[in-house]
Amino acid sequence: MQPAVEFRNISKAFGRVQANADVSFTIAKGSIHGVIGENGAGKSTLMSILYGYYHADSGQLLIDGHPRNIRTSNEAIALGIGMVHQHFMLVENMTVLDNVMLGSEGGFRLASHRAAVEKKLREICARYRLDVDPLATISNLSVGAQQRVEILKQIYRSAEILILDEPTAVLTAQETASLFEILRLFKEQGKTIILITHKLGEIMAITDQVTVMRAGRVVGAVATADTSKEQLANMMVGRPIQSELPRAPFNPGAPVLTVDQLQLRDKAGVALLSDIAFTLRAGEIVAIAGVSGNGQSELMEILSGMRLPTSGQVAFDGRALPFAGRTDADGLPATFRQLGIGHVPEDRLRDGVIKDFSVEQNTVFGYQERVKNRWGLFDFKAIGQRCNALLTAFDVRPADPDLRIGLLSGGNQQKVVIAREVSAAPKLMLVGQPTRGVDIGTIEAIHTELLKMRDAGVAILLVSVELEEVRALADRIIVMSGGRITGELNIEEFDTTRIGLLMGGMHTS
Amino acid sequence: MKITELPRWATAVVLPLLNLLSALLVAALVIRLLGESPVESMGILINSAIINPEGLSYTLFYASTFIFTGLAVSIAMKAGLFNIGGEGQMYFGGLGLTLTMLALDHTLPGWLLIPAGMLGAAIFGAAWAFIPGYLQAKRGSHVVVTTIMFNFIAADLMNTLINKLVPVGQQNPASRVFTDAAAMPRLNTLFPILGDTPLNLSFLLAIAALAIYGLMVWRSPWGYRLRATGLNGHAAHYAGVRISRMIVVAMLVSGALAGLAAVNSIMGSTHYLSLNFPAGAGFIGIAIALMGRQHPVGIFLSAVLFGALIQGGFDLSLEKPNIPQETFVFIQGLIILFCGAMENFYGPALLKLLNVGKKG
Amino acid sequence: MFENLHIASLLVATVRSAPVLMFAAMAGLFAERSGVIDLALEGKILASAFASAAVAFSTQNVWYGIAAGTAVSAALALLQGYVSISQKGNQLVAGMAINIAISGLTFVLAQFFFQQGGRTPDLGDARLQDIVLPGTAALADVPFIGWFYGHLIGGHSVLVYLAFLLVPLVHWVLYHSRFGLRLRACGENPHAADAAGVNVETTRYSAMLIAGILCSFSGAYLAIVQSGFFLRDMSAGAGYLALTALVFGNWRPVYTALGCIMFGFFSAVQIQMEGVELPGVGRIPGSLIHMIPYVVTVIVLAGLMAKSVAPKAIGKPFVKSR
Repeated sequence: MQPAVEFRNISKAFGRVQANADVSFTIAKGSIHGVIGENGAGKSTLMSILYGYYHADSGQLLIDGHPRNIRTSNEAIALGIGMVHQHFMLVENMTVLDNVMLGSEGGFRLASHRAAVEKKLREICARYRLDVDPLATISNLSVGAQQRVEILKQIYRSAEILILDEPTAVLTAQETASLFEILRLFKEQGKTIILITHKLGEIMAITDQVTVMRAGRVVGAVATADTSKEQLANMMVGRPIQSELPRAPFNPGAPVLTVDQLQLRDKAGVALLSDIAFTLRAGEIVAIAGVSGNGQSELMEILSGMRLPTSGQVAFDGRALPFAGRTDADGLPATFRQLGIGHVPEDRLRDGVIKDFSVEQNTVFGYQERVKNRWGLFDFKAIGQRCNALLTAFDVRPADPDLRIGLLSGGNQQKVVIAREVSAAPKLMLVGQPTRGVDIGTIEAIHTELLKMRDAGVAILLVSVELEEVRALADRIIVMSGGRITGELNIEEFDTTRIGLLMGGMHTS
Repeated sequence: MKITELPRWATAVVLPLLNLLSALLVAALVIRLLGESPVESMGILINSAIINPEGLSYTLFYASTFIFTGLAVSIAMKAGLFNIGGEGQMYFGGLGLTLTMLALDHTLPGWLLIPAGMLGAAIFGAAWAFIPGYLQAKRGSHVVVTTIMFNFIAADLMNTLINKLVPVGQQNPASRVFTDAAAMPRLNTLFPILGDTPLNLSFLLAIAALAIYGLMVWRSPWGYRLRATGLNGHAAHYAGVRISRMIVVAMLVSGALAGLAAVNSIMGSTHYLSLNFPAGAGFIGIAIALMGRQHPVGIFLSAVLFGALIQGGFDLSLEKPNIPQETFVFIQGLIILFCGAMENFYGPALLKLLNVGKKG
Repeated sequence: MFENLHIASLLVATVRSAPVLMFAAMAGLFAERSGVIDLALEGKILASAFASAAVAFSTQNVWYGIAAGTAVSAALALLQGYVSISQKGNQLVAGMAINIAISGLTFVLAQFFFQQGGRTPDLGDARLQDIVLPGTAALADVPFIGWFYGHLIGGHSVLVYLAFLLVPLVHWVLYHSRFGLRLRACGENPHAADAAGVNVETTRYSAMLIAGILCSFSGAYLAIVQSGFFLRDMSAGAGYLALTALVFGNWRPVYTALGCIMFGFFSAVQIQMEGVELPGVGRIPGSLIHMIPYVVTVIVLAGLMAKSVAPKAIGKPFVKSR
């Protein structure tokens, strides 16, 4: 039997970056094939070539044994290739039905085909247990349901090869289990699944074959049964990962942050945060674990002054944070910074830096009032000296203060943000997804820096979706689900299963 | 080594120049279709606006107004706001200036009247920009449409108000003439070669305004916050900027600068308030801000260029009735198009040119 | 005062004022629903007003005039599309640029061709006739129904009927046709449309073309039906009022049309109130009455902008991102 997909010597470069270099491997029909690698390993580029978004510079792509030149996503769809993206391609104010019909409406008059499409959708949902109402509006669906709509779209278009790009990043443990059931059903029907992920546990749980990529190349191709998480991790990274970074013995000081009965409701009255209460002490790292979208981001926004809570108190360093009497959070982050709260935001390009400003300009971002001369204008000499010192201390590359920060790699941008916040010597450091989009070498450097701060007595609140990161850094772990705290545990009690259940909304005693 | 991004000198000088030339090329085509020679027209224009000393004086006189309206649009653009209301803000600023003069010009000496007039113009100009700014900050109402509406409202409102200021017995719909004390000192007293032209102290004030603008926007924390707001509102909020206040203040400053443009027209030239005295200066400010890329030097050069177009265009329309002054409104539109909406049109070609012969 | 407000003539005047805005608003609807801000409605109205008046006069044929107006407006729309879609330029600036350029160009061309101070000569008979519905004369004496049938429903030029018939047509195309579905997807989430195999750029260009064609009827109506000639800047802000009607109507055809009719009503009131003595205040100056639609616009925007929901992807050039 011919393999469903074969990549032969595929290479693709973007400017100076070689995204794929001489990639060759096959994907067997009727199998679940995992493609694993770190950020920037080239997995997404390769799949984009398969789906017709990009064209390979050289090499051959064979579908079902026939060489194909896939020039557009329409051609990929025609060949039976479907892709479920990490960021859903759904029009939010339209129904499931409209979203599925988009692009394959069947005629100028929509009404003439609506009924037939709806019928077929219900059949597909029943056969694969997808549990989606075709007449529901996308914006009213949960994230897990929206993903099932994406899958529904591909099945409707008779996809035989289904590509899933980091599908579980936004799912709870239960939703992930449901998804895997659906994938197993597909496999039984003879469909081929390509799973792109960086999560080793998933690879081991569901795939038949694994291809490991690193820096644009294939570094390993094994049957899942013949390998282990450690082996895959080593191949992914290229060297044994330091399993534990040095840290001082746990010796927390006085309480720095006390959150009491914090509630947040959005404009529609939906509860985003309910009854949040915890304490954070000097010299400890508390990590908030949980699947993205369960209130952690909103909690960070409140604690950093970017958003007001609906009700509740937060005491910082003995005094209540000044939420009272305000109608909006305009300008509040500046007050919080003054009090001694530093913030490394989750989305650094949206919140943390100004892409078009230089590296030097970004080192004073948020602290621009502190570097004035006696005429109220910028003291450029002092700013320059400080910037150079930071770039050296944090090993930012290239160490060019005048370079537009948008041109730096994600890891180096993050180093600038962390350098900036650390150098303001805060008492409390709020850190959101510090290693998202960051290369592996820099991850270690960032983790080391955070541990250094903790040892020096700073209280750190970390939000991370990566359990490995939580395990590496936390002294205590708080798990959130559905806007509530579902559990608290010390690091010694770390147990993946228990945390998974808490993340999925099960409270355990 | 192939470069992947255009160097600064290319984006700051070469591209704007190419864009300007494109606009002039299209204009030249239209002039040809109107039956005139573009080269001859250009010659008349340059002669009238640059070479002739009195003409040059008029050019700089117009440029003084345009520097202010150009600054008005520029500073709002730095905050991410497209303030199209300069025309109405200048008009209303003229009212403030006039009311101040009518009240004080018999009692105060010249050296007090000038700052008083400037203050009146700035305050009224700012006031006319306040509501659009406030609505954008608090209600999300798009400042583009609200300022356009305020231009129309100003035209109608001022129509009524000016008619109330007409002295008894006068036919001309204008206020009474100010006393001699309320006149801006003319530069021809220092440079007789300028002839009987209205180039006045406002020109030096305009240069000062450019310097202050440059200093404030690029060298002060306020300017840093302003630019951050315009580039990325989310991040600016993270950095502690009070966004609502920044938007309102940016519009107030913008309106004040547009209002100050009235000082040149009224205190420097006519000495009374007349209907529609802005005569499109507010819209020319948009072209200047875009062509000059909101940079002090760029604004200055663009303002002088437009001053030359207006001065030269006036003489040209006298000699060539087929090229009326409205032709320059058309050219203004072309410049806004090429410099503001198509600014990167030549970018890819220029990049290829710079990479010729380089290895990838 | 109120004796002077003849309700009957107010209603008729409303029906006759609304089409200018309705054509422009329907045009803007297509453009903006596909994701392109259309600030150049004003320029397209003015350009088509000039072209239709000039050609109608020169050929003494109203239909050639309207066709010329449509051609010019469509060309402008495609230019605007090129700048906004292919060049990915700032759509607000592009719109303003076109408006200013056309303001100047129409005057210059009018002056060049007709030497009448920037206007076109009177069309005289080369205009559209009012359509008299069959049976109007027979019903003329019947109270209310005679007026209603003969003067409110009947007795208008064909462009008026076109404007009103356009509304349900636009509604159907937008919500019940394949083209409309794809268009709306491009305006909400162009990446989703792209992933579904829709060509976002082509769809947006089509939307711009339709906008150009529809907008041309607004200009033709102004020049041929309402005035009989072209005058400089005769659009007087109609393009911007149409945008406000879109905000008012939440970018939905029927509500937007209602917004246009509301503006039409204010226009009609304005004309009737000129010269009328108000108790205690006396005669309101014409210019203050003239101001009313613009003030209403600001009030509508202040009140509604926070709540009305523009197409999500509007104004952002589409760049395929992976």
